[in-house]
Amino acid sequence: MIVDLPRFARTEQPFWSELETFLDRLERNPQRRLPLEEVRRFHYLYERTSAGLARLGGFATEPETRRYLESLVARAYGEVHETRSRQHRLSPLQWFFQTLPQTFRRHVRAFWISVGITLAGALFGGFAVALDPDAKATVLPDMFANHLGDPRERVAREESNPDLASAGRMSSFSAQLMVNNITVSIRAMALGMTWGIGTIIILFYNGVILGLVAVDYVAAGQTRFLLGWLLPHGVIELPAVMMAGQAGLVLAHALIGRGQRLPIRGRLRAASADVVTLIFGIAVLLVWAGIIEAFFSQLHAPVLPYSIKIVFGCVEFVLLILFLSRCGKSGRSASPGELEPSPA
Amino acid sequence: MSKTNTLQIRTPEGVVFSQLLAGPLTRFVAWLVDFATVLGFQILIGMILGMLGLLVGEFIFALQFLLLFVLNFGYTIALEWRWRGQTLGKRAMRLRVVDAQGLRLKFNQIVIRNLLRMVDMLPLFYLVGGIACLLSRRAQRLGDFAANTVVVRIPKLATPNLEQISSGKYNSFRDHPHLEARLRQYVSTQEASLAMQALLRRDSLDPVARVELFAEMAGHFRELVEFPVEATESITDEQYVRNVLESVYRKLKP
Repeated sequence: MIVDLPRFARTEQPFWSELETFLDRLERNPQRRLPLEEVRRFHYLYERTSAGLARLGGFATEPETRRYLESLVARAYGEVHETRSRQHRLSPLQWFFQTLPQTFRRHVRAFWISVGITLAGALFGGFAVALDPDAKATVLPDMFANHLGDPRERVAREESNPDLASAGRMSSFSAQLMVNNITVSIRAMALGMTWGIGTIIILFYNGVILGLVAVDYVAAGQTRFLLGWLLPHGVIELPAVMMAGQAGLVLAHALIGRGQRLPIRGRLRAASADVVTLIFGIAVLLVWAGIIEAFFSQLHAPVLPYSIKIVFGCVEFVLLILFLSRCGKSGRSASPGELEPSPA
Repeated sequence: MSKTNTLQIRTPEGVVFSQLLAGPLTRFVAWLVDFATVLGFQILIGMILGMLGLLVGEFIFALQFLLLFVLNFGYTIALEWRWRGQTLGKRAMRLRVVDAQGLRLKFNQIVIRNLLRMVDMLPLFYLVGGIACLLSRRAQRLGDFAANTVVVRIPKLATPNLEQISSGKYNSFRDHPHLEARLRQYVSTQEASLAMQALLRRDSLDPVARVELFAEMAGHFRELVEFPVEATESITDEQYVRNVLESVYRKLKP
């Protein structure tokens, strides 16, 4: 069939241009809702252009026009066939107090697995340091260098110079903690793509360090110092990292897909919204933990009695448990993945 | 299914359209551009805050630390969200992130594919991502796979320039309708489309090559049908091809 291309293009070009302007407008402002008349027109233009593309399909020697039409149809297709619910804007508060805890509870099994792995790591680390005190030096990373010596010496040192840290130093320390913890969390989540193996390693290693330091201090008779130092930030930070493990395991579960009917693409699509919600929630928790760790945890007796720090930590922990287990239960169940910032 | 370099999508209307997938090398170049941009911003932020730090003290370093972190992760997420799947580097290389089903790109997808860079960049220089990209049927790195996105090349979008075909000059072949009829009879579809392609792309051809090409084509058409001298003597080979095409495609008056 010879399509009289020049004539064909001359008659169709106005429609193509109209569709193009439509698309430009829609893409510039995705939140815009078209009135019915315009929707009809848009759909007509889309079909007409598709038909034009189909007609050119047999006319393989005209790649340029074809490519132009393909790109128009591709863009329009995305607009016409997008059936996933248009994400209505959530206020950050609603997201934090509803979507986040709901998402957490939806995957609570993955969280318990994550806790289990960390505990296993902690037991391992604890035993290691109890049986062989030298193990500490080989396992601890550089950033824990101040724990390498005898815990008693550190406690004595920190208690004797109470104003070691200035506010400025504390704030940059706090920023470092946040960045470091969030990076570890993102890594734990992302390594879910290794069928969860990387996530498990990170969680276990974290547990080892925790168990190692804890047993070391307890063995040296510094339990009060340990609790006062760890609890205020640890009760937020450790659950947050375990939640990152949870996110990684959710991803791994979607990848492996045991016992799920959906094909892999569908599974990943379903999981992605929850993973993103979790990781943003984790970031919020870790920012809080970073502030507490730098400005509060590092103040020791006699400046700040340990009992106050321990009580503060316990209160935080109870609040976190209430938040994750109770928040957003009464409200309507938000569908997953409604977090969407304004594109403007 | 075997590996292809196109993403084909069939619409419910039965129309198939395809998009060209971007290979790992182009994407790496785009990433280098982005990397340089982020680095530039980091140096800029460092300089500005460094100067402020002399005045305000150590709080600034905390701010700097956080800003650099946000910039690192936020740059691609923010740009891909704002520019519908493009960053500066991708714009420069004419690439775009799109949903693998041709649907609209979602914020979640952008976040996932960018956070999963952490795995793709292991152990260094995106080795994991590059290998995944080479092995994957749709040239996806792990982040793309998890987010269900692909990176496509965007063709240069010029509305096809169909004016080239009719130059507006008088077609001297019209004076010989019987010869035109013979031309319509002899010229095959393929020959006609070839001639049209040559005319549509004339501006992108090298001048010498263009002259040779049209000489060859005109020679071929001359062999098919011989027009009298007065119809052909003052026209170039290119115009000759144009005339042939016009004669073949012109709608005859009923």
